Amino acid sequence: MIFSDLIQETYFSLSANKARSFLTILGIVIGIGSVIAMISVGQGAAKDIESNIQSLGSNLLVISPGNQKSFGSMTRSGAGSASTLVANDAEAIEQEVGYIENIASTVSSRLQVKTTKGTNTNTNVYGVDTVYLSIKSIQMQIGSFLNDAHVNNISKVAVLGPTARDDLFGEEADPTGQKIRINNLEFTVIGVTQSKGGTGFGNADDLIYVPITTAQRYLTGNESLSSINVQVVSEELMSDAQQQITNLLLLRHKISDSANADFTIVNQADVLDAISSVAMTMTLLLGSIAGISLLVGGIGIMNMMLTTVTERTREIGLRKSLGAKNNDIGAQFLAESVALTFVGGIFGVLLGWLIAFAITKFGGTNTSVTTISVLLACGVSALIGIIFGYYPARRAAKLNPIDALRYE
Amino acid sequence: MIKCQKINKMYTRGNTGLQVLNDVSFEIKKGEFVAITGPSGSGKSTLMHILGALDRPTSGTYLLNDKNMLELSDNELAEIRSQKIGFVFQSFNLLSRSTVLRNVMVPLLYDNNTPKEERRNKAEKALIASGLDEDRWQHLSNELSGGQMQRVAIARALVNDPDLILADEPTGNLDSKTGEVVLNTFKKLNREKGHTIILITHERYVAQHADRIIEIKDGEIVSDRSDGAVLSLKDK
Repeated sequence: MIFSDLIQETYFSLSANKARSFLTILGIVIGIGSVIAMISVGQGAAKDIESNIQSLGSNLLVISPGNQKSFGSMTRSGAGSASTLVANDAEAIEQEVGYIENIASTVSSRLQVKTTKGTNTNTNVYGVDTVYLSIKSIQMQIGSFLNDAHVNNISKVAVLGPTARDDLFGEEADPTGQKIRINNLEFTVIGVTQSKGGTGFGNADDLIYVPITTAQRYLTGNESLSSINVQVVSEELMSDAQQQITNLLLLRHKISDSANADFTIVNQADVLDAISSVAMTMTLLLGSIAGISLLVGGIGIMNMMLTTVTERTREIGLRKSLGAKNNDIGAQFLAESVALTFVGGIFGVLLGWLIAFAITKFGGTNTSVTTISVLLACGVSALIGIIFGYYPARRAAKLNPIDALRYE
Repeated sequence: MIKCQKINKMYTRGNTGLQVLNDVSFEIKKGEFVAITGPSGSGKSTLMHILGALDRPTSGTYLLNDKNMLELSDNELAEIRSQKIGFVFQSFNLLSRSTVLRNVMVPLLYDNNTPKEERRNKAEKALIASGLDEDRWQHLSNELSGGQMQRVAIARALVNDPDLILADEPTGNLDSKTGEVVLNTFKKLNREKGHTIILITHERYVAQHADRIIEIKDGEIVSDRSDGAVLSLKDK
């Protein structure tokens, strides 16, 4: 039996029982579709997190006051948290530690911000210096960032994050030159940063930047820093730099046991790793839940093929009496089940894609359908066709032609 | 063409053996029209299965064109069925929901030496030989009458130009008038095209259409004659 005949016979048999073929295919479509959709949600989340962290800079060390033993217990360095880091620490690091490209200190505080029109929001106010712009690779949407004159003159100027701008002035408004009140002090808006697209964790859009000197004098009222951001020359030198900074600060703070350190250094690469592995677990979890429906679809195929073999026993006997070899019969039934899963696989990928698209559009969560997940789904569906089709096909092939012809 | 020597067939079920065929020997020459007849349970269907390469005898030799069928593997038997033998069944056994032409072309799927272009040609020739009107060729097989279906089955048996046509009660599901037409078709194929035909039936009237009648009873040949006389069967 030649291949094109096999395909034609398969088409005829499957289309002879359209409703049943359709329902069986539907099982596979739903299985493959949900696998694709679920994996796309997981991978979309992973990508989101990665790009979020990458946009913060992956060769960044963030030193914050207070002792946290693990990443999970990170405390917000707002008012009331430890105030063990001071400007001198930053200066010492800059002078004594190698491989440093840039260093920027920040002071941050969560404060109520008002406009003259009466709109208000509660947001993070960051006191930063000019270097901060390049360390965090901040892009400007409107106006300009803080300059050295602002920092040196302790100017009351502010740069808004896009979310803060939306909250205070409305979407797409140009607030430059307008006044806002932070802690009842009037600041002039000089620019708006471009969105970094983050949500939730470390949202880089909902904040306001003011000169660090201004923040220390008017907003926090002391010399302590909320964080020191150190940009290392390259990613490979991160742990070296981290070690040097740790040693330096321990020495400066006169702490002998590193377990009692009054500061914490967070390595962005570590954060990235930790979060990526969480996202990976999530992808696996979602994928395996969806995989169950794929398995059920596969069993549906097997069920249908077994029914078909029984129903078509006479036909099998006839074909054998007309010269079909056992392999011809086996191949025909296997081809039918593979055809079912193959068609199911194709439509499943389309369905998965649609679901992923809908989730992105209406659910607000980013999804990502990767080539690998599509290939994987297609491969798995073909494999399911072979695995679940093999037994019925063998059963058909082994039928004795005489018994098969007599079968009623 | 066919040489059967001391063919035995035993079925064993549990401890009891059932001797269905007992030392059956006969020869059939090319171009003969033979009826094998006998009451039900006589073993004629089993004999047909053996002659049709669907089954193997327990012992004995069956030579088809001097080839010993006992020595062939399943696949080789399938090849023999595909190239040398055409079957016509009592219940037609057509693929439903398929056109007449497609039904006739099914055997060509399994013989690997007919190119696609030629298949339709061969099928049309076989349909003309079986006498089915051309306006039925595109019909689905389940839209046909019994007589028409049996003609399609005959065309299907003819399509590979087999050495031997085996018809198992071909008139069993037809009224006597249609049955007569079908039997005459066999006769015509035998007379005009020289096909070797073996007709299995339990009806004397049907058997009498053949030139030679082999009678089987309880697994043994009781008569083998060419004068149209049938000993063991009563008229219905």
